Amino acid sequence: MSNLLDLIVAGLATGAIYALVAVGFTLLWQTSQTINFAQGEFVMLPAFLMLAVMHLGAPFWLAVLVGVLLSTLLLGLAFKMLLVDPMLRHGVLPLAIATMALAIGIKEAVKQFFSAEASPFPSIVPVGDVSILGRAISLQSLGVLAVAILAVVGLTTLLNRTSLGHQMQAAAQNPTVARIIGVPVERMILLTFLINAVLVALASLLITPIYLAKFSSGEVLGQAAFIAAIVGGFNQVRGAIAGGLLIGVVDNLAAAYVSTQYRAAVPMVLLILVILFRPQGLLGRAEERTV
Amino acid sequence: MSKNSRLLLAALAVVVIAGLIVIPMNFNRYGLYILSQWAVMTIAAMGLNLTLGYAGQVSLAQGAFVGIGAYGAAILTSHGWPLIAALGLVIVICFIVGWLLGYPALRVQHHYLAFVTLAFSTLAFLVFRNESWMTNGIYGISNIPRPEIFGFPTRKPLPFYYLCLGSLALVTLAMWWLIRSPWGRAFMALRENPIRAQSLGIDTRRYTLMAFAIGSVLGGIAGVLYAPLTQYVDPVPFNLQLSLDLLMMVIVGGAGFMLGPFLGAMIAVLLPEWLRVAEGYYLMLYALAVIALLIYSPTGILGILDRYLSSRRTQAASALRAAAQSKLEAAQ
Amino acid sequence: MTAVLDVRDVKKSFGGITAVDGVSFDVQEGEILGLIGPNGCGKSTLFNCILGQLVPSAGEVRVDGKLVTGQRPAELNRLGVSRTFQLLQVFPKLSVRDNLILAGQEHRGSMMSRLFGPSDAGLTETADQMIGFFKLEHLADEPAGGLSYGQQKLLDAAMAFMGGPRLVLLDEPAGGVNPTMLGDLKERLIAINRERRATFVVIEHNMEFVMSLCSRVMVMAEGKVLAIGKPDEIRANPAVVEAYLGH
Repeated sequence: MSNLLDLIVAGLATGAIYALVAVGFTLLWQTSQTINFAQGEFVMLPAFLMLAVMHLGAPFWLAVLVGVLLSTLLLGLAFKMLLVDPMLRHGVLPLAIATMALAIGIKEAVKQFFSAEASPFPSIVPVGDVSILGRAISLQSLGVLAVAILAVVGLTTLLNRTSLGHQMQAAAQNPTVARIIGVPVERMILLTFLINAVLVALASLLITPIYLAKFSSGEVLGQAAFIAAIVGGFNQVRGAIAGGLLIGVVDNLAAAYVSTQYRAAVPMVLLILVILFRPQGLLGRAEERTV
Repeated sequence: MSKNSRLLLAALAVVVIAGLIVIPMNFNRYGLYILSQWAVMTIAAMGLNLTLGYAGQVSLAQGAFVGIGAYGAAILTSHGWPLIAALGLVIVICFIVGWLLGYPALRVQHHYLAFVTLAFSTLAFLVFRNESWMTNGIYGISNIPRPEIFGFPTRKPLPFYYLCLGSLALVTLAMWWLIRSPWGRAFMALRENPIRAQSLGIDTRRYTLMAFAIGSVLGGIAGVLYAPLTQYVDPVPFNLQLSLDLLMMVIVGGAGFMLGPFLGAMIAVLLPEWLRVAEGYYLMLYALAVIALLIYSPTGILGILDRYLSSRRTQAASALRAAAQSKLEAAQ
Repeated sequence: MTAVLDVRDVKKSFGGITAVDGVSFDVQEGEILGLIGPNGCGKSTLFNCILGQLVPSAGEVRVDGKLVTGQRPAELNRLGVSRTFQLLQVFPKLSVRDNLILAGQEHRGSMMSRLFGPSDAGLTETADQMIGFFKLEHLADEPAGGLSYGQQKLLDAAMAFMGGPRLVLLDEPAGGVNPTMLGDLKERLIAINRERRATFVVIEHNMEFVMSLCSRVMVMAEGKVLAIGKPDEIRANPAVVEAYLGH
């Protein structure tokens, strides 16, 4: 039984990271119909940026700061201005393909400029076990969970409780009307890209100590975030959060109780079932379709 | 299109085909291998071009069908079946599986459909990797024989290249026939306006399933050639990335254009080889080139040509109108 | 004689809102029935119920006496029921001729004959006749997307006749068409109605167009039939004047 609890806590911890990535993913979709196939690589890159700064002799905290800043510039600002803006009016598909190419580009750049080997990465939360009700629980899992929950709570507060958040939601749901009532739609869209960049940097900071920094680690992460976003509801932030947590737990339980060979199949089957029987996602609302 | 430009196009086609036959004769083993791979990937991309480019159904599973074809050919020919028999069986299997994969498309569209097919792709990969009794798992199947065609052995690179090229020619002919048949028209109607298509008596369900089934069969055919080309089949080449690459080929070449897959596969297979002078950076350059092209022309390479031609047509039409107008005015 | 179209007590509600509330009428062979009413009175919903785009909540639809309620649009079309849409719906990338061939190709032969038979499904001649009939000869090979709005409207209407339909439902054929073109369209519709004994139901806001085209007019309001009769009777009906024409 204690095994099950461990699995669930560890699952929630990875799930919380998936949720961060999935939330960013759905934000981009909502505000600018961008399906970012490079989202996983977006998570992989900031860790390497931080490692690079540390190589220059900077302390860890400074490296983190610079890393987050750089990723905001590259993965937020530059991504939007150089890739998304010129392609947006040509529809969803060409842009999605361009992000696939971007994923290849980022992977190869990291492999070339850094290393093809996995590098260790310092943890921002303490490592070790803590005893709760007589059971040893991984401190790292709890720490990751705490930081991720904090981030998600912060973000939802921003979106739901502040005037800035309301403007962002208005810009996402109906840009035409938002523009009429005076919402600076363009700036709001840019803001979602910046938020996505910060979210992926944070996810990078949390997940890299567990799985090491490797150029190819984005593939699995990106897929998990897609699945989380769809399972939870493509057009809802809280759906993406729930989806992330669910996929994290299901993934961990599948690893323990299903054969290791087919563990990866479980989230996929879940994905297919959700799309076929509840395409708006578990928590999502149906997207209006025009005839 | 005027008679002259038609002739010009036909002449160009003859030159290209002759070039594809003659020039590779003094290629080395590696050059022939890459060129054969181009032919094989073009066939797979043509299948996806039918499903996506003509019928408008997004699929991220084409790589899985190449995998099914490759494993089918590898397993059966290792057991002494002739390649042509393996081909027959693979066609039947891919048709059925592709047909079934089309069912989700009747319920969901666009990115949802993309993700269902993505999930299928991943599941197929897991089967390739895990069902060792059949696929030999991660160790793969080696020493796949190359076939004899009408008594000619294709063990050497050049004859095998001709086999790939010949298959490509046959598939292209079949595709050309399909697209100009009423089916092709129905597929395009499905892509552009399914509701209107229904109101004209077009059974959109059946055509959607057909688009998936036939597209998947072409993926399978490409796989049947892939196995004897590499003579070794393991799960890695048939992961999700292959499906993404094939999708990229279709879009980059120009979705919904007959020749799109040829150019797309050329960019995806040959361009990285040409960029090898850049050593480790070649895939990075390749990615940048693809992004730059898509920013410049989201409808792919043939989209550029199409825009150019239609702007010329509009110019010609407005010139005609202007001439008619001035005649009219002169008459008054 | 059985009516070409017989609609009995058709109802359609969405959630709590009843868009069509027990509508009954019939259309005889060769008739042109006009269907008018203010926006939101349920005309288009009624059309969609007849055509299988929507399944009625209650009631029956018969074509030539055959019960067709809830059949899929494609099946219904092959039974000889054709339509045009309120918003222009041609296939912009196909040529005018290909649009017409497409509109007729599913009405003959089997799936297999359409794959292995001639690429035009033997319809080039019929399509060219239709092109001539609607005076689009000079545009036959142009992509439909390049035509003017009025020309596309003509093509849209022409497509509805390719399958040799028994019954055609036209949803605002005159909407957005300039007066000259409108005259052409009306003349063509009347000609096709006489020559082929085709039966029409026409939704239209242009009163002049409806009154001069149709043999009978049905007025709908709030999901119900308010009145049905000859154009003159409708003009003189006080309830109709009150509800609709008076404004």
